[in-house]
Amino acid sequence: MTRPRTLYEKIWDAHVVEQRADGTCLIFIDRHLVHEVTSPQAFAGLRASGRTVRRPDLTLAVPDHNVPTTPRLDAHGNKLPIADPESAAQLAALEKNAPEFGIRYIDAVAPEQGIVHVVGPEQGFSLPGTTIVCGDSHTACHGGIGALAFGIGTSEVEHVLATQTLLLQPAKTMEVRVEGEVGPGVSAKDIILHITGVIGAAGGTGHVIEYTGSAIRALSIEGRLTVSNMAIEGGARAGLIAPDETTFDYLKGRPYAPKGADWEAAVAYWKSLATDPGATYDKSVVIDAADIAPSVTWGTSPEDVVPITGVVPAPGSFADPSKQTAAAKSLAYMGLEPGTRMQDVEIENIFIGSCTNSRIEDLRAAAAVIKGRHKADNVKWAIVVPGSGLVKAQAEAEGLDRIFTDAGLEWREPGCSACLAMNPDKVPPGERCASTSNRNFVGRQGPGARTHLVSPAMAAAAAVTGKLTDVRELMA
Amino acid sequence: MTPLDKVEGRAIPFGLKNVDTDVIIPAHWLKTTTREGMGRGAFESLRADPDNLFDRPEYKGAPILIAGDNFGCGSSREHAAWALGDLGIRVVIAPSYSDIFSGNAVKNGILPVVLPQQAIDRLMEVAETDPVFVDLEHQTVTTQYQDRFSFEIDPFRKMCLLEGLDEISLTEKSDAAIGAYEAKLDADRPWMRPAA
Repeated sequence: MTRPRTLYEKIWDAHVVEQRADGTCLIFIDRHLVHEVTSPQAFAGLRASGRTVRRPDLTLAVPDHNVPTTPRLDAHGNKLPIADPESAAQLAALEKNAPEFGIRYIDAVAPEQGIVHVVGPEQGFSLPGTTIVCGDSHTACHGGIGALAFGIGTSEVEHVLATQTLLLQPAKTMEVRVEGEVGPGVSAKDIILHITGVIGAAGGTGHVIEYTGSAIRALSIEGRLTVSNMAIEGGARAGLIAPDETTFDYLKGRPYAPKGADWEAAVAYWKSLATDPGATYDKSVVIDAADIAPSVTWGTSPEDVVPITGVVPAPGSFADPSKQTAAAKSLAYMGLEPGTRMQDVEIENIFIGSCTNSRIEDLRAAAAVIKGRHKADNVKWAIVVPGSGLVKAQAEAEGLDRIFTDAGLEWREPGCSACLAMNPDKVPPGERCASTSNRNFVGRQGPGARTHLVSPAMAAAAAVTGKLTDVRELMA
Repeated sequence: MTPLDKVEGRAIPFGLKNVDTDVIIPAHWLKTTTREGMGRGAFESLRADPDNLFDRPEYKGAPILIAGDNFGCGSSREHAAWALGDLGIRVVIAPSYSDIFSGNAVKNGILPVVLPQQAIDRLMEVAETDPVFVDLEHQTVTTQYQDRFSFEIDPFRKMCLLEGLDEISLTEKSDAAIGAYEAKLDADRPWMRPAA
């Protein structure tokens, strides 16, 4: 009998092309997602060396980081020009590179366009048991459907384009088990914020985290994508959630997913991937779902998490001296005093979107809180950015767009938007944003911007009251 | 890629923990289609302070950067490695790195040395006034005093850095193995190809 293996080990073993004497493995890559920011130098490298793309059929390109979220077509259906010349040049480069190298390309004005990590699963291009890479750290997201998915740099993008492989060392394994039922108002986002607070921003370094336990099993695919998306915020190379009936129901019938007899064969294979009884992880963390509250960040690292009922911590409350220094710097940047109740922190900007929280379920959760209410007067800027054109169309069919616009929020076109402020959607210096994105880094949402990471329902609650708010108080 | 063996010179005693790649190079510097000139945007938010460490005369062009735990966390942007390289940095010394950053660094001829916090603290002290010596072949970091710290490095990465290897050329030697894997995959799991 073979040794019991984890989900990660099974996927890894199935992708080893060659193992070298020093332990480095040549790993086959099943899916390569490409966007406009981290690919131009890779295509230029291919051109300079006279190389081609080995497997254009396994590659999908879509622009998302730079695209404006304002209308992209005029009244006559013609493409509107992009004001920022640098963004325009980068988008033009992808539009030119994709057909030149024979790669599938979703245009910025196509109905399927969206954030690459929303598009992959939505199109059934991302599948369980596959290896997926993209020049973007939030590729970890696709672990939510049971794919071994991780972000890579531009040199590796070029390497995958040219060879469809990567040279990698096996990762260590880590289990994060969340048992029990979460309380009302607690979402997948709160689960992963809480986990990040517990394990720390470097807690998963060198590891692939498998999320297990009844609270994870109970999540929809949208929720699982949210959790796995932020595996990287805990330092992990990737996140994984074992594929199950929820996964199969989500993927069945999607454009690039297997059909007919192929589908049955695929499901049988996917069912064999779950971690074997008796398999062990290098590291394990167990979390009681009942301990998780609606959560919010106070600092400039995603590990700086407190329950919404909590207060801004004092730097001196941390045991580690380097964390004390970091916390003091964070508080200075965030303009916060230790001891301040999180619920007293006023918010001027709201961002509902990003590859973490821009799927239909996220928009429904935000709309449920905001319905029949209006944004507070001190909230100057509040945008809702659906993750893809298909999410946008679905939300409009359900009337969610009207709920947002009636409440004074703006309804935008799909893209990465204010998550990383590469397009015109930025938070002004010194102002706060309750944001459903994944990073509260210094300057992430614009120079001097102060980010508080929250769930979609919590962002909606902050929009209504004008300050960080316990969404449970707004739930009837 | 320029081969790397011995590096000596001033080391910037930066030392901060959880420094993310957004801090190393903010997103607006990513709107480019080339790898060049990133040094101008390196540590932009910190360098807005006229008295910042990076622009002090003694650290201008310093080849070594000393950092804290989890250096290079966050975004996968290789622009962070390009920016450090453009500043003239060939070695980073820290207790730990994000996995993606350390890979990107090696691919750009930058050596990520891992040393325990105690060694970092000592090197931070030395770096205030004196140079630091890094020897990749012998895997040591030394100073003009009695300090001698040994570090571990993955042998494949060490070889790539010492020889300035281009990984794509190396992988192309495995072309037949990749072809065999693809053929077996098509036979065993034909549904793995995108359906549409």
